[in-house]
Amino acid sequence: MRNEQIFIQPLSDTSIIITFGNEIDEKIHLQVQSLSKYLEQNPFKGFVEYVSAFTSVTVFYDPLEVLEGSNNEHSPYQIVHQTITSALGKLQTEVGHSSRKIDIPVCYGGEFGEDLEVVADHNNLTTDQVIEIHSSGDYLVYMIGFAPGFPYLGGMSKSIATPRRSNPRTSIPKGSVGIAGEQTGVYSLDTPGGWQIIGKTPLDLFRPEDDTPSLLQPGDRVQFKPITEAEYHKYKEKIT
Amino acid sequence: MSIKVLRPGLLTTLQDLGRVGYQKYGVIVSGAMDPYSLRIANLLVGNREDTACLEMTMQGATLEVEQDTLMAFTGGQLTPSIGNYQIPLWRPVFVKRGSVIRFGNCASGCRTYVAVAGGFDILPVMGSQSTYLRAKIGGLDGRALQEGDVLPVSKELSDHAKYFMNLFKEKAEKSFYLPDWRVRTSVTLPNKETVIRILPGTHYDTFTEASKERLYNDAFQISPQSDRMGYRLDGSELARSEASEVVSEAVALGTVQVPADGNPIILLADRQTTGGYPRIAQVISVDIPKLAQMKPGDSIQFSEVTLEEAQQLYMERESELKKIKKGLYVKRHEKTPS
Repeated sequence: MRNEQIFIQPLSDTSIIITFGNEIDEKIHLQVQSLSKYLEQNPFKGFVEYVSAFTSVTVFYDPLEVLEGSNNEHSPYQIVHQTITSALGKLQTEVGHSSRKIDIPVCYGGEFGEDLEVVADHNNLTTDQVIEIHSSGDYLVYMIGFAPGFPYLGGMSKSIATPRRSNPRTSIPKGSVGIAGEQTGVYSLDTPGGWQIIGKTPLDLFRPEDDTPSLLQPGDRVQFKPITEAEYHKYKEKIT
Repeated sequence: MSIKVLRPGLLTTLQDLGRVGYQKYGVIVSGAMDPYSLRIANLLVGNREDTACLEMTMQGATLEVEQDTLMAFTGGQLTPSIGNYQIPLWRPVFVKRGSVIRFGNCASGCRTYVAVAGGFDILPVMGSQSTYLRAKIGGLDGRALQEGDVLPVSKELSDHAKYFMNLFKEKAEKSFYLPDWRVRTSVTLPNKETVIRILPGTHYDTFTEASKERLYNDAFQISPQSDRMGYRLDGSELARSEASEVVSEAVALGTVQVPADGNPIILLADRQTTGGYPRIAQVISVDIPKLAQMKPGDSIQFSEVTLEEAQQLYMERESELKKIKKGLYVKRHEKTPS
């Protein structure tokens, strides 16, 4: 991997952050993905876990184990820094990687999407046009954060962008699909929030009982599929 | 074997060393706010260091022990007592079946850890028994303890636990027995004004010179709006010299973020996995326990150390815990046990 843009610095005394740039775009995302996958497959001694984000990967490590696994005189940070630097040299981002494609059924409007009309009015569209635009987009999961299983999605059309509500709701039910500025996302837990809610999915994005507790992972491609209220309830029955 | 909750206290939850390895799914680590005290509590009763304990906050619970057991109390001084006797912290305690343990006022610090030999027999979620209240997972149904809860205790005792149980049981004249020795700890409980050591944060250079000076020279008060997720600080407002956009990225335990209002927030056990605010500083690992024992209204004075010093201190802390472990092992093999 070419190193001219890559910046490595400590986040804490047990973590190191590798930044590939400061633009949110797919090229940088691929570099983030590629380092993440490398770490999954080649954890070094003292590696604890990693968190990938829009433009960075943060690696958490145990300084004591790092020292035990090394035979030189450097500090734990220097050892990890060297390990990461040599890993970056081995990465292949040019190799096209296959994304998982995930469909998320959404029942738009009504009591499930109280702000659908707000979004339509703000953009001089009909509610059907908003649904059409939102569900025809091809979205990329850049990162998971904010709450367990919560996806930060890229790729929403600017034609349905709408500012956040001026007064956030105290509780938004999990499964709610919303718009905040130029972003769209799905609430994975009941949480307070100021997003404009346009619909709801019957799927659980956070599954604490599963081996992989998040339905979505960085690198996934997501499509929203409009469903009726009757279909929504059918899904719900199937899940429970 | 179980422990019955007669009164739950202000906020009592099961916590271990947290849910490690799931942050990439957005799952919060949680775990003990003061991991040092939790680890020592476990060592005292012969548990693995990462076994779940009860974490009590400000005002402790009232517990009834339904079988002879070995327990330990560490961390903040919430004045535990059995009958009319106060039970000192930092030592193993044999507690007879039917005893009731009460907690009184919060004399110093604010979080006490209660370890029981064998640990709690509760299904882990994602490899941890820690309670994460917001997602209602882990611990006892993902919630704080309530009156009437019954906590099942594991019957699997280590050799350490069996040895001290038998030794203390023979000596016990009251409903409990205490040895005359205790573990000596290096972490002192905070007082009204406490020094917390920091590293520069990842956006430190983007703050104004005046803000950097204020960070080290001024005292910051812990706001009442503080919890397991983070401590909000009142005091000097901190400002950035460039309003560059911060792209959301991972945060760590002890990351000091500065939202738009200029009042810093120190992220703690229940922090989110990622954040989009600029980070001015980072509390070093070894000062997290001391910070976690501070209360709203207490005052923090920040002092700067280098990354190398922070990691050196980390090593020293770990070797101290190893020494404690070894000391307990030696105690168990003394010819004339005290």
